[in-house]
Amino acid sequence: MLPELALALTLVGLTAYVVLGGADFGGGFWDLTAGGAERGAAVRAMVKRGMSPVWEANHVWLIFVLVMLWTAFPEAFGSITSTLAIPLFLAALGIVLRGGAFALKGEAATIAEARALGATFAMSSVLTPFFLGAAAGAIAAGEVPVGNAAGDEWGSWTGPLPLLTGVLAVATGAHLAAVFLGADARRAGREELVRAFRARALGSGVVAGAVALAGLAVVNSDAPDLYDGLVSGMGLVCVLGSAVFGLVTLWVEWRGRFELARYTAAAAVAAIVAGWALAQEPYLLPPELTVEEAAASDEALLALVVAATIGMALLVPALVWLFRLALSGKLAYEEEPRP
Amino acid sequence: MMLDGALGGPVEQEYLLQARQMQAMSFMVHIPLVCFGIAFPAMVLFLEGLWMRTGDPLYKGLAKRWSKAMLILFACGVVTGTILSFEMGLLWPEFMATFGEVFGLAFGIEGFSFFMEAIFIAIYVYGWDRLPDRVHMAVGIPIVLAGITGSLMVISVNGWMNSPTGFRVDNGEVVDVEPLAALFNDHLWHELVHMYLAGIIVAGFLVAAVYAFAWLRGRRERRHRVGLVVALSFAALASPAQLLVGDWAARTVAESQPVKLAAFEGLEETTEGAGFDVIGGIEIPNLLSLLAFHDPNAVVQGLDSVPEDDRPPTGIVKASFRVMVAIGTALAALGAWFVWAWWRRGELPGSPWFHWAVVAAGPLATLALIAGWVTTEVGRQPWVVYEVMRTEEAVTGAGGIPVGFASLALVYAGLIAVAAVMLRRLARQPFHAP
Repeated sequence: MLPELALALTLVGLTAYVVLGGADFGGGFWDLTAGGAERGAAVRAMVKRGMSPVWEANHVWLIFVLVMLWTAFPEAFGSITSTLAIPLFLAALGIVLRGGAFALKGEAATIAEARALGATFAMSSVLTPFFLGAAAGAIAAGEVPVGNAAGDEWGSWTGPLPLLTGVLAVATGAHLAAVFLGADARRAGREELVRAFRARALGSGVVAGAVALAGLAVVNSDAPDLYDGLVSGMGLVCVLGSAVFGLVTLWVEWRGRFELARYTAAAAVAAIVAGWALAQEPYLLPPELTVEEAAASDEALLALVVAATIGMALLVPALVWLFRLALSGKLAYEEEPRP
Repeated sequence: MMLDGALGGPVEQEYLLQARQMQAMSFMVHIPLVCFGIAFPAMVLFLEGLWMRTGDPLYKGLAKRWSKAMLILFACGVVTGTILSFEMGLLWPEFMATFGEVFGLAFGIEGFSFFMEAIFIAIYVYGWDRLPDRVHMAVGIPIVLAGITGSLMVISVNGWMNSPTGFRVDNGEVVDVEPLAALFNDHLWHELVHMYLAGIIVAGFLVAAVYAFAWLRGRRERRHRVGLVVALSFAALASPAQLLVGDWAARTVAESQPVKLAAFEGLEETTEGAGFDVIGGIEIPNLLSLLAFHDPNAVVQGLDSVPEDDRPPTGIVKASFRVMVAIGTALAALGAWFVWAWWRRGELPGSPWFHWAVVAAGPLATLALIAGWVTTEVGRQPWVVYEVMRTEEAVTGAGGIPVGFASLALVYAGLIAVAAVMLRRLARQPFHAP
């Protein structure tokens, strides 16, 4: 019971990170593809406005996931970080470049400075989720054995499934960002940006859906056990749920119901995370290590679950307040008037 | 007691030293930012409080400006802290796999503190003039509290590594885990207070150094004076107190980690009435015994009390301990000078000497901070968990450590350079009180 509870909390954190943190990376994707300095300025300003007050809080979900893993499933954590050292280190570097460049680009004084920092921010926003996704794909593909760097340092995460998961992480992030930013633009009354993000949301939604479907085919050939889990029982429910939410998102985007699309898009992505977890049940590191075996002692789990529950009770209202303020435009970033 | 290690025991790692250096570099970049996390919110809030009381817009303008710098430094702290979290697993997977469940609770609580900090710092900085004044001020309080609980928890883990409790090793396995006992270990309290004061001293003197330099360059408007006095007040009150806490820390180390204490002095043999080598062979008799046990004739255990394999490298520990103590003492004197002048005349000392000293105090305080951490971290070697797990047993079996080290060093050099330029630019922006 305790191991499952701890895993459930970890998955809540992971889902929050994939949705909220993923959307912030997606913002960087749209920054990267926004075009030249003048043409892309409005899109970039909207990305910045949307991310500024929330990206740090969104990022903490990743720390939460790491901490939950190393406390509740220490053996699995050590095995993952040693075998997948390369993609995880690259993701960590990407996080420094992304966060550093984003925080500092607000003070850029010349076009050249703004370009260099903007490009760093945008490039690392694409690479970071790719490597994190590839690491997750490697776990799903059963490439992480128990032990200190016991798996293949390159081969583990460069197979078809990990690479596709990396692409999926980028695509879902971009889709979520476009949906969220479209709704933000509507709230801000910027109709030309609403149209721009609507087109991006629809396009990226189709791409993300296609990648997810391709992913199923790859899973079928690469990880047959995982595939069985995805096409039966609760795994299947999640796969179908993700597909339905994905289609509904496209529909409501098309109809211009942007606020509703926020939630359906998030649900579509969350269902992928849940489906993955349920499909590889009872394993934490397939094909060997089960959740039960990987779990820390009951004393450690109990302390962690109690602390996390109390923490969540404090965190959730604070987060809700932050998002309400941010969504209502009360925290909108504006340059101070310069005399 | 022999430990098996949850991942199967020690592995070959050619680059253990580089792994340690990479960890040390990551830490050195992060820890000054932690100081700002600890102290800056309180300083900004103090200014906002002054504004609320007096209605003087200058205080508000200064608080706003500081809060902008605070946000940039917080962002840098977020990303460099993330590197540390990753490195726990990337460099020391066996340590995490074996003991993650013992000390993990602390990081769990720290995670939530970090959440609170991130949420309220965003509301605070972006909420100027948009939230009602009292609400805005209240939003600052959780930032200060989360800074305290966050550092409490991280320090708890470091304390635990020095004074491991809350588990037993049985047949090579870690059993009988008691997370709360591990959390409240014997080293927690002195390390916490020591670091908390260090945070105030470093952040206070660094901010004060900026304004002292401006004063020396002839920029002597009221806002420069206010900035200097507020930042200096924090640092000046903390720095003399740090001497007492340092004494407490040294005595605890003397009791629980005698070999580390011996490394502070490079004391080869167990000695009664041990002296203290101040610099280059000038030794004050009996001083080490006095410092460590408050008894000039006390017996201080030497390095020879443990086998050679269990001794820390003494050169670097001895040197960094001296750097920390010397700078700490000088900063306490500088703090006392300021407090005395303020108390006697209600004014800053007017001499350029004083201002140059404050300019120097910022970087020196940072150096002392790093020297202090080198003292305790290298002094704990060869252990990652004191007398339980060696660093070489904890390290990863993965390759490529030198490549990772070099690339992180490059990225950090870039980050530091750009952050420095941007903060300087922020400081040069024209000031306008609302």
